[in-house]
Amino acid sequence: MKPAIQSANDPVSAAASRFSATPFVRRKLRFESIARWLFFLMAAAMIVPLLWLLGHLVMGAAPSLSLNFLLDPPIKGMKEGGIWPALVGTIYLVVMALALSAPVGVLAAVYLNEYARDNWFHRAINMAVINLAGVPSIVHALFGLGAFVYAAQFGYSILSAALTLAIMTMPVVITSTREALAAVPRSFREACWNVGATRWQTIKAVVLPNSISGILTGIILEVSRTAGETAPIMFTGAVFFKAVERGDLFPYQLTDQCMALSLHLFALSTQVPGVSESTQYATAVVLLGVVLLMNATSIVLRIFLRSRMKW
Amino acid sequence: MNPQSKIKVQDLGLAFGSHEVLRHISFEVFPHEIFGIIGPAQSGKTSLLRCLNRTIDFSSDARQTGTIAIDGQDIRKVEDLYELRRKIGMVAPLPVGLPMSIYENVAYAPRCSGISRKADLDDRVERCLRQAALWDEVKDRLHSLGTRLSGGQQQRLTIARALSHEPEVLCLDEFSIAIDPVTTMRIEEVLQELRAQITIILVTNLVQQARRLADRTAFLLNGELVELNRTEVIFSDHPASRKTYEYVHGLFG
Repeated sequence: MKPAIQSANDPVSAAASRFSATPFVRRKLRFESIARWLFFLMAAAMIVPLLWLLGHLVMGAAPSLSLNFLLDPPIKGMKEGGIWPALVGTIYLVVMALALSAPVGVLAAVYLNEYARDNWFHRAINMAVINLAGVPSIVHALFGLGAFVYAAQFGYSILSAALTLAIMTMPVVITSTREALAAVPRSFREACWNVGATRWQTIKAVVLPNSISGILTGIILEVSRTAGETAPIMFTGAVFFKAVERGDLFPYQLTDQCMALSLHLFALSTQVPGVSESTQYATAVVLLGVVLLMNATSIVLRIFLRSRMKW
Repeated sequence: MNPQSKIKVQDLGLAFGSHEVLRHISFEVFPHEIFGIIGPAQSGKTSLLRCLNRTIDFSSDARQTGTIAIDGQDIRKVEDLYELRRKIGMVAPLPVGLPMSIYENVAYAPRCSGISRKADLDDRVERCLRQAALWDEVKDRLHSLGTRLSGGQQQRLTIARALSHEPEVLCLDEFSIAIDPVTTMRIEEVLQELRAQITIILVTNLVQQARRLADRTAFLLNGELVELNRTEVIFSDHPASRKTYEYVHGLFG
């Protein structure tokens, strides 16, 4: 830069050198292009393992995948047949866990973000939420075993397993909901308070309508993670095998134990000898399908709600 | 001038934690006057307004001392805090169009106070938008988004919203910093018309704006009320305080 300024007295050379690159500028531009390519490579690297994984799984699963595979119960010591009981079990668990954790988590997050003042009690709640979100799932499993299976005497059941999953997902639901709420500008809230709106009137009119897409996205992403959890349900209510009729939509009671895709996959690949490889692959594909379906739902929902967002 | 004061502030002090923002502020605002408050940034002007409608309560570390009375009633002892806030219209420095339609922006406050008949709301919306000199520009698109308006229009929408709950006092906090001079002049005209109906507190860092509009002007500096007098006196060559003279003549600030 400096030479350009020094030669400013001479109009011709000033004009010529004004946009010519100094060593500093050249270095800056080089860095700029390196940074850009580095970031691009990292972003592109994300897609490779995903496609590889999907391709590998689907190719391996192809011989077994069929509608019957989805609808049939496993037979002959799980060596043949389908995965219907596990699929239904996973849906049961996930839906129940969601029904328990989403309302509590969202309401708690609204309280913490919109009502709570900065005092020791609310700081303690915040700390608890953050720490709970970081607790490994195996610890939640043991907690669920002690709290729901034994202490509350729900036994090894869908109820215990769903409660355990709900406890596990709640802190994450709270955290993601709080982030969505915090993204709504404070000036909107102040404008409402200034015209005499109560906190709830403010939340209803501007906070929730403008954060609902983020809240739902957070919940659904968390749900899809829940679908893959193995440890918490293995300790509290999921079993290797449970006899269920083909295509039966309501095979389980709340107090029953159930099968689940994640545990089924674990069983097929490590516990039962002689299961064909394609069956294992197909089970993985179905589990992945359930998760991807939920993520897709969240994306569609987000696009829909974004389109209704107003700022 | 009516000796019965609309707002009476006595020995007001305010601190955020250990940081004092207002000290020993006392003044009265009379009905139907435009009361100007001038002062450099960080002098406590906005905090003072937030004390008036008690939105200061939302800052959990704020400690307030002294009393503020509106129509003789201590605002710390009101039963319906939200009615108090509705008595005071507040216009923030940056225009805030709420993310809803233009109509809903103005109908929101009446709705919150329990008015739900469509005809009443329609009347209220039209009257407030007219008062804020915005009606002609938006009457054909009342149901499009308030956030899509230009900055100057949004500020007038903000004023319409501040009028929508029929306040007795209208507080404007540096309303012109984000809008163009022409819109500023239009709003100033609007304020001149409104003074017949309500009391206006005009916080501004444009000293000439206070000079044009205010009947009396207070000069706030570092959280203290340096001087309060008729606007002519404040802007004359002989205000009581040397600091006032220096500030209004642009020697510092």
